[in-house]
Amino acid sequence: MKTVKIFITLKHGVLDPQGKAVQESLNKLGFPEVKGARVGKYMELQLDDHADIDQQIKEMCAKLLANPVIEDYQYTIEEGAVQ
Amino acid sequence: MKFAVIVFPGSNCDRDMYHAVQDSLGEEAKLVWYEDADLVEFDAILLPGGFSYGDYLRSGAIAATSNIVNQIKQKASEGMPILGVCNGFQVLLESGLLPGAMLRNKKLKFMCHQEELVVENNQTQFTSSYEEKETISLPIAHGEGNYYCDEKVLAELEANGQIVFRYADNPNGSVGDIAGIINEQGNVLGMMPHPERATEAVLGSDDGLKLFKSVVNHWREAYVAGV
Repeated sequence: MKTVKIFITLKHGVLDPQGKAVQESLNKLGFPEVKGARVGKYMELQLDDHADIDQQIKEMCAKLLANPVIEDYQYTIEEGAVQ
Repeated sequence: MKFAVIVFPGSNCDRDMYHAVQDSLGEEAKLVWYEDADLVEFDAILLPGGFSYGDYLRSGAIAATSNIVNQIKQKASEGMPILGVCNGFQVLLESGLLPGAMLRNKKLKFMCHQEELVVENNQTQFTSSYEEKETISLPIAHGEGNYYCDEKVLAELEANGQIVFRYADNPNGSVGDIAGIINEQGNVLGMMPHPERATEAVLGSDDGLKLFKSVVNHWREAYVAGV
């Protein structure tokens, strides 16, 4: 069993209104040093061991998990299942 | 002419669409549950607004993986007219039938009000009853209607006349003030504003009715010429 942790973020250059609102709120809360914020998604998948796990994950991201028009993704693979 | 209105779990403008076709337009409409759908008997496909699958992951993303979308892709390649409104537009984008993607509205608010649109291309089977550059009034109701595509795609849309509707006063941050686009073949239209909610004067506007009338006129000319 493997645990795959996937981070999906808006591509740089794509305006992130949510990130901008987060940045402005942090500035108002007394954190003027925050000059930028981008909000993304985090997913954990539990997968059976598979010979071509990288290929499988890339295909999942391309077909469903990320939208390549606006989003980039990164992932890590860890041994075992998350409890 | 027979219109299929595809109903996904979470669709909520399906009955508006049905009413627009059946009562305002006077043609035949059928509500089709996405799992049962067999599109053989229909002449046009309507993808209604709403929140298919609760907008989980991304608006329209889960609906775009459903089996019916494969049938819709097949019908699209055969030239059948397909209209996606609001969440229906998002499904068309997520399924790759139209280019681009939707982001959250620039001001992060769900917006629900009347908007003025300019008909940029009246040479399509969806807009032939409008004048070129006609200003029309349709309601919008969306939180993720901020259309995005890169500059290359935008230039192609412009060059091919694929931008069908633009906002007169852009409410959501869409690139190029885009409110609706059509595919290169000219038979798949996606738009965020709701023509089906503007088909009778009593609803505040009947500017949407001409869109449905255009589709029927084109179909009559193309398939039942001489009748």
